Amino acid sequence: MEDTDLIVMWGSNAREAHPIFFHHVLKAINKGARMFAVDPRRTSSAAWADVWLGIDVGSDIALSNTLAWEIIKSDLYHEHFVAHATSSFDEYAESVEHWTLQRGQEVTGVPAEAIKQLAHEYATAPTAQLCWTLGITEHHNATDNVLALINLALLCGHVGRYGSGVVPIRGQNNVQGGGDMGALPNRLPGFQLVADPDLRGKFEKTWEATIPHRPGKHISLMHEAMDEGELRALYVIGENPLQSEADAQQMERRLTGLDFMVVQDLFLTATAEIADVVLPAAGWGEVEGTFTSSERRVQRVRRAIDPPGEARDDLELMSMVARAMGHDWPTPTAEEAWDELRSLSPMHGGMTYERLDQSGGLQWPCPTEDHPGTLFLHGRLWEGETGPKAPFSVVDWVPPVDPLSEEFPLRLTTGRRLDSYNTGVQSGRYPSPRRIHGVLDLSPEDAEALGVHEGEVVRVVSRRGNLEAPIRLDRSLRPGLAFMAVHFPDDTDVNQLTIDAWDPKSGTAEFKATAVRIETLVST
Amino acid sequence: MDIRNLLAGPTDEERAAIDDLLGPPESGWEGGNFTGLDGHVAYGGHAARERRNLLLPALHAVQDAVGSVSKGALGYISERLTVPPAEAYGVSTFYALISTGSRAQTLIHVCDDIVCARYGADELKRSLELELGQPGAIDPGMSWTPSPCLGQCDRAPAALIHTAGAGYRNVAPAEAAVLTRLDFEELPTGLIHQGREELRLLRRIGDVDPESLDSYRASGGYSGLAKAIDMGRDGLIAALDESGLRGRGGAAFPIGIKWRGVADAEDDAKYVIANGDESEPGTFKDRILMEGDPFAVIEAMTIAGFATGATKGFAYVRGEYPVAERRLVHAIDEARNAGLLGTDVAGAGFGFDIEVRRGAGAYICGEETALFASIEGERGEPRQKPPFPTEKGVFGKPTSVNNIETLVAVLAVLEMGAAEFAAIGTERSTGPKLFCISGDVARPGLYEVPFGTTLRQLMTLAGGVRESAGVGAILVGGAAGSFVDAGNLDMELTFEGAAAAQTGLGSGAVIVFDDTTDFGPVLRRIAQFFRDESCGQCVPCRIGTVRQEESLARLAADSPLGGFAEERQRLDDLALVMTDASICGLGQTAASAVQSAFRLSLRGTAR
Repeated sequence: MEDTDLIVMWGSNAREAHPIFFHHVLKAINKGARMFAVDPRRTSSAAWADVWLGIDVGSDIALSNTLAWEIIKSDLYHEHFVAHATSSFDEYAESVEHWTLQRGQEVTGVPAEAIKQLAHEYATAPTAQLCWTLGITEHHNATDNVLALINLALLCGHVGRYGSGVVPIRGQNNVQGGGDMGALPNRLPGFQLVADPDLRGKFEKTWEATIPHRPGKHISLMHEAMDEGELRALYVIGENPLQSEADAQQMERRLTGLDFMVVQDLFLTATAEIADVVLPAAGWGEVEGTFTSSERRVQRVRRAIDPPGEARDDLELMSMVARAMGHDWPTPTAEEAWDELRSLSPMHGGMTYERLDQSGGLQWPCPTEDHPGTLFLHGRLWEGETGPKAPFSVVDWVPPVDPLSEEFPLRLTTGRRLDSYNTGVQSGRYPSPRRIHGVLDLSPEDAEALGVHEGEVVRVVSRRGNLEAPIRLDRSLRPGLAFMAVHFPDDTDVNQLTIDAWDPKSGTAEFKATAVRIETLVST
Repeated sequence: MDIRNLLAGPTDEERAAIDDLLGPPESGWEGGNFTGLDGHVAYGGHAARERRNLLLPALHAVQDAVGSVSKGALGYISERLTVPPAEAYGVSTFYALISTGSRAQTLIHVCDDIVCARYGADELKRSLELELGQPGAIDPGMSWTPSPCLGQCDRAPAALIHTAGAGYRNVAPAEAAVLTRLDFEELPTGLIHQGREELRLLRRIGDVDPESLDSYRASGGYSGLAKAIDMGRDGLIAALDESGLRGRGGAAFPIGIKWRGVADAEDDAKYVIANGDESEPGTFKDRILMEGDPFAVIEAMTIAGFATGATKGFAYVRGEYPVAERRLVHAIDEARNAGLLGTDVAGAGFGFDIEVRRGAGAYICGEETALFASIEGERGEPRQKPPFPTEKGVFGKPTSVNNIETLVAVLAVLEMGAAEFAAIGTERSTGPKLFCISGDVARPGLYEVPFGTTLRQLMTLAGGVRESAGVGAILVGGAAGSFVDAGNLDMELTFEGAAAAQTGLGSGAVIVFDDTTDFGPVLRRIAQFFRDESCGQCVPCRIGTVRQEESLARLAADSPLGGFAEERQRLDDLALVMTDASICGLGQTAASAVQSAFRLSLRGTAR
């Protein structure tokens, strides 16, 4: 990141949501890297950009396809890479043929000149990083959004090289690690497919147990299964779904309708309060183990203090649950559990605790103990034998599910602020001089048109629910665009408003695009 | 950019002053009106941040127009330059001349530094207090504030008056009645006491019209540039080596080595800087050169550009020197119109141009790396060396910084020839040298003498100690220098001679104190000066300058902490720490005058 020539931050306000990562972005910028920001809001990240492209919410694919049209039309795409390492280019090129600059401007709102500038600079930069976060993935068509960005990277050969890549920034220090360890419905640890009998067999042999061959359910499918009465019990580890999921009223009905719910968490969250059993978990300074960062780097975490009260680390809690269920499980040390993983997950094979300690962290894949780890992925695409080609994906732009109308004329989007974290479970209990409590951010123009002023409490109404919140004027918003942070579900629960229309491919809900109206409250 | 907009906006007057400097805003994001497209696109980034160096000029623009920098104006400047308001505030409060609160329309800065304090500053302050109240009293019309040295020591007491909309004016010697009536003429440039035929550096001053290029040329001006071009870059630098010319700003670095360093550096941009931020108490030589011979400064900078390959020069002029700034700006315009600056200087195939930057009341900005920070729009805090300026100077590019006198001396080398220049003075200190004599002498003023002249000869030129008194001590090199006493009058005024007498020539300031002087108040004023002027960046200097002043105050009150010897030991410890551990020369010399006074047991130091 720090050595790249150009950075595109797409749907990411990393300055506030990923401040540590953004320091690395700033190092690159200070070394001369150009930066483009694609975001409906001119966020504090976008304020660092050489050019900010203020797209309309949910028009990402339109912008991406227009960029591709301009790059192909101007003959700026990486012909060698496209021919050598990709497939389906012709279909892709044909699919973007009608995405002229003019149409791109009409759909995205971004001036054609700015789209053209981004297309040319991204295509001609020696190296470029394309970074995104939830502005891309919290949509009903999240996977298509991601594929649309990957298309651009393939088109320009900005992948698999030092300084060039696609970078989905992780929101927690160990989101990557969670997926790596198999906390995915269709994968075993090390991203090995549940459906593959050989792989399954390897795990079954070690675990001396039978693994169901059908993939599990992702969160949105779980919701449906709860609605249908198929899913009756829930074990929630380190999540607060009562407040973090879209359409909160619906979610509350689901959770209270369960037969049984266990919550394992550091804090007594709102979800924990309605659980049947709460298992108190230990925090990061109280446990041994590993974290895996966005850049696939596995690092050790060490126990500095004992957990308070009855809190236990997750490994011990799960072993205790297993024993209570009649299984003869010992409680392994963190290293023993890790060594078992290494024996089953080839990409972790070479990462002994000793090496992790000595190196300060290793990046997977690291299959053997003499392997140095892998700085970046997909380098094979540049080699003589590329292996499987990287396919272009034809993706169509579809507008957000919750349409604007005369009744609901404002587009509400959601996000984070620097001082707070998600539903506030971790950050809400600490005061911050920067905290802006639950408010509805509006452009000064909209506030004037609606006759409301800063601090005035209004009712915000969507097709699903409503809430009351004070107005905060925010210059980073243009007329028609409103913003709420997700941090204060107890006061201003934005998920009363959001829609749980979800992406069939990723299971993520469309938190980022809600149609609302604002009603002034009659003073009594 | 972490800009949190300040609630207040600029007034129309403030906005106009800023737009006049920066041009009108191009979008709502820059503080203009929001139009449809602004909601969907914004430009900024590197292009906007590159204008950060206009921060101080923008602060000046507002203050010049309305007298102070309000929060609204600061917010607007921040928006225009994409500087976080907290940083802009940090810069604005760094400089003594920038007012961030409300301020009177006219503000009188009254020098009460070492020399002026002995020549009427106290009476002046008392009169102003009777008429205008306490310093900084909030009066919409006029108020006053004490000031460090204003560089007018030969005609103390000095004042500097700033009136919103009317700029800065110097008055010296100043009388309260004249100041408050705002009734004074522009000062003549200064006094010269030396046979005119022997002058090399000062020969044009008073003779040549400082606002006429023709007059300058008629006196031989721009023949130096022609010679330099004839000699070529290598020949020129070799001649400078041969001349033995060393920097006159205090560090005495050989100019040939400095220019060659920049000339040999490979980079896409290089700079030359004329350091006219003359702020050392007791020093006024560069003011006289800039006011009286501005074309010489411009010509010498152009030669520096030719020698080093720099295409851009900055003349950084002390904010307290309005006449010098105005004359330099005028000279640059004339030179540019005559083709002596620009893309093809004098038809010789190289490009060079100069921009004048005005300081804002910060002694530290005379330190070269602090000066870079000031030009770049940062607080004027010195930087670690290495890297040296010839490698990474202003904007991180190879830079040659030269004192004004040094630049003018380059013209003397070209005029006389390197060998003849080198024949003046001693082997290690060549050429003519300027000394600023002030204090208790009959004829204070600026003197040009050959290196090697003794202190006694210089004193004689200045008419000796006033009123036939004896010499108490002489402070050589200004506040950052050291005292010598009557026993050292035969020291040679050379770099090596000064070092042998445990002092340094510094900026060429020579302040004479007669044998009735109580040095207690003098030392406290010096200590106060360093406390006020410490940039606060590094601990030894930030804390040490305060502790030193406190210690001197206790000694003056005859209530030393733990006894006189312990207090002396404390001063010695502070001196050692500041000298050894400060980042820059300010902290390293903040104790030198005090230490030398104790070493010589000057009256008021011993108990």
